[in-house]
Amino acid sequence: MEAALDLIGLWTAILALGVFFYVLLDGFDLGVGILYGLGRRPEWRATMMNSIAPIWDGNETWLVIGGIALLAAFPLAFAIIIPAVYFPVLIMLLGLIFRGVAFEFRFKEADHQGFWDLGFCYGSAVATFAQGIVLGAFIRGFPVEGRHFAGTSFDWIAPFPLLIGVALLFGYTLLGAGWLILKTEGELQAWARKMGERALIGVVIGIAIVSIWTPLMHAHIAHRWFSWPNIVYFSPVPIVTALLTWWVWRSLRSNAEAQPFIGSICLFVMAYLGIAISLWPMIVPHTIPLWEAASSPRTQAFLMVGTLFLLPVILMYTGWSYWIFRGKVRGDVGYH
Amino acid sequence: MESEALLLSRLQFAWVVAWHILLPAFTVGLASYIAVLEGLHLFTGRSVYVRVSQFWIRIFAVSFGLGVVTGIVMPFQFGTNWSRFSDVAGDVISPLLAYEGLTAFFLEAAFLGVLLFGRNRVPPSIHFVAALMVAAGTLFSTFWILAVNSWMQTPTGHEMINGRFFPRDWFEIIFSPSFPYRLAHTVTAFYVTTGFVVLGVGAYTMRRGQTEEGRVMFTMAGLLLTVLVPLQVIIGDLHGLNTRDHQPAKLAAIEAIWETQSRVPLALFAIPDPEVERNRAVIEIPLAGSLVLTHSLDGTVRGLKEWPKEDRPPVAIVFWAFRIMVGIGLEMAGIILLGWILHWRGRLFTTPSFQRLCEFAMPTGFIAVLAGWTTTEVGRQPWTVYGLMRTAESVTPSLTALDVTISLALYVVIYLLVYPMALLFIVRIVRAGPAQAEALDVPISSGRPRGPVDALPGVASERSH
Repeated sequence: MEAALDLIGLWTAILALGVFFYVLLDGFDLGVGILYGLGRRPEWRATMMNSIAPIWDGNETWLVIGGIALLAAFPLAFAIIIPAVYFPVLIMLLGLIFRGVAFEFRFKEADHQGFWDLGFCYGSAVATFAQGIVLGAFIRGFPVEGRHFAGTSFDWIAPFPLLIGVALLFGYTLLGAGWLILKTEGELQAWARKMGERALIGVVIGIAIVSIWTPLMHAHIAHRWFSWPNIVYFSPVPIVTALLTWWVWRSLRSNAEAQPFIGSICLFVMAYLGIAISLWPMIVPHTIPLWEAASSPRTQAFLMVGTLFLLPVILMYTGWSYWIFRGKVRGDVGYH
Repeated sequence: MESEALLLSRLQFAWVVAWHILLPAFTVGLASYIAVLEGLHLFTGRSVYVRVSQFWIRIFAVSFGLGVVTGIVMPFQFGTNWSRFSDVAGDVISPLLAYEGLTAFFLEAAFLGVLLFGRNRVPPSIHFVAALMVAAGTLFSTFWILAVNSWMQTPTGHEMINGRFFPRDWFEIIFSPSFPYRLAHTVTAFYVTTGFVVLGVGAYTMRRGQTEEGRVMFTMAGLLLTVLVPLQVIIGDLHGLNTRDHQPAKLAAIEAIWETQSRVPLALFAIPDPEVERNRAVIEIPLAGSLVLTHSLDGTVRGLKEWPKEDRPPVAIVFWAFRIMVGIGLEMAGIILLGWILHWRGRLFTTPSFQRLCEFAMPTGFIAVLAGWTTTEVGRQPWTVYGLMRTAESVTPSLTALDVTISLALYVVIYLLVYPMALLFIVRIVRAGPAQAEALDVPISSGRPRGPVDALPGVASERSH
């Protein structure tokens, strides 16, 4: 039993890491997709595409890792959460398919390039919005009866999930802008800074509303944050978030090239941490804790063997491919 | 209301998996073919193998990409529409699914890039190893997915606790009784499917005047099919005997046999009527059923009436899907035989009508795969886990008919948009032909070409004006 509990901890860490990697990596390239729809100059668009071309498909595979880790390690959570977000998951998948296909097709189909351009930016935006709704519905919680989701497939149409959907649009745009500032130069970089500032304003408003709304929505979350002595332990979270916001804002208005991206990533870490503190240790929020949803020790152990071998290799390869494609990209090289 | 959501969920799963399976049916065989071509080039040094290999690598890239995107949809189906199945059987099937995902990810991350973009950057031997690893990776993926499917067909190695499946012995779970036969039958089917595509493209390439490349494809595919098509008949027979022993109701549906009897005829044509529990408009060969199914003239075969009506699969679909599959198998054997007759008369490469026939036969492998898959999956009904968990008990309880109607409609629209586009690109690559494939490996921005099909000369020039 002791060993089983340790595995649950390890799987929780792998799942948390997988989901966070996905949010971060696909987050910035979905953000670039959104910015692609806003920046209309052809040479900018070519550069934006180039900046994510070598890595976007690898980023997307983290979604599969996250989804499968949830099914394998916490099948009960998978069986309750995924039906509750039936339509957001559907819309996200279709958005991702459309975006991925548009990415490949827009170059090969000169006749319909406008159509695939639209497909790329709307696919990115729709997938982002849907992911935000999934997150919002998750934080809000689901009605559960026995081992089933007991609500309807339209429960996600509510102010809180929709708000998070909009907030995530700003969030991914901020990550995307940070990436473009890092990878580009000149006018496009200056434009990305401007877009980054606007996105940051949206992100701050989003974080503020969620931070007020969530404890109001769930008394136990208010208790988690504001009871003594937790309020002391957790007070660094909002303080660090505020300092980070100020830092990102400053760096967007300076000449710093890496800081906006790094700062935005740190902001996402803090938001992720904040959600984890609110919901811990529930895997189906507010109802089912990690250990009740966990699969059997045999299941977890069997999969852990291969994962401990494959995951580090995948991580190393991901790091290596980012290293290979480091440096500034331009729109006119290599695509013609 | 609930039963409508169930039916629509089944349709939706059939829709997304049927489109998805077309890609592995092609890429598994193609990956192995590319590895063989790379090996031949490495050991003979003939440049024609590189041109042919590079040509197919480009087609592989488009197919593999679409396979990945449509593959992402699949695990989510288990959650969105089959959540009770995920809850009840998740402890057993999820690690196998996860290993499939991890294997595919690992392969894609580590070796696909080298295969697609590395020809001028790594030594030929490393490029060959990358091709081998990609081929091995596709086979590993097939292994894990079929392990899941076979366990659902012939479950072993688990134990039931509080109505849920738990693993008892992983070896027994993975190597369930139908697994070896299903794996052999499926991989052979995938190879045969690819073989007929390569055969047809080879014939087309020869017809377009690129004789050397066309002949390489045509000959290699022809030789492979000469071995695999007859082999598939034997494997299929063994798989059938396995089905008779472990899923007798499915076998009874395949042959539309209602009464348990010996000296069973083999129905060539029939309209099974489940209401009156007999067949209409029957054309049959006496005794042949027993001979095929039991390898003896007076062997006994169990009929559908041995099972209560609610435990029987839909007979007509299974019966006809099986006949389509076998019919295509006969058609394939006929083409191979015809090819050899022409070869013995010294006219294999000089008979335009035969080349045309080979071009028309290109899609038949895919149809056979879909028909075979329909036979085995519909034949498993009414169960998701054979004999233990019903399909009706597996569906997500919160779904309404409206929910699934909307999602199914969206999947239909998107797939009907995306698949023809991909097919169009592959057709363009085939039209451009392998002779031009040497003008490959275009300049690269920040390290690698933007898209896999990018190096295609025809496409590049179209884009520039």
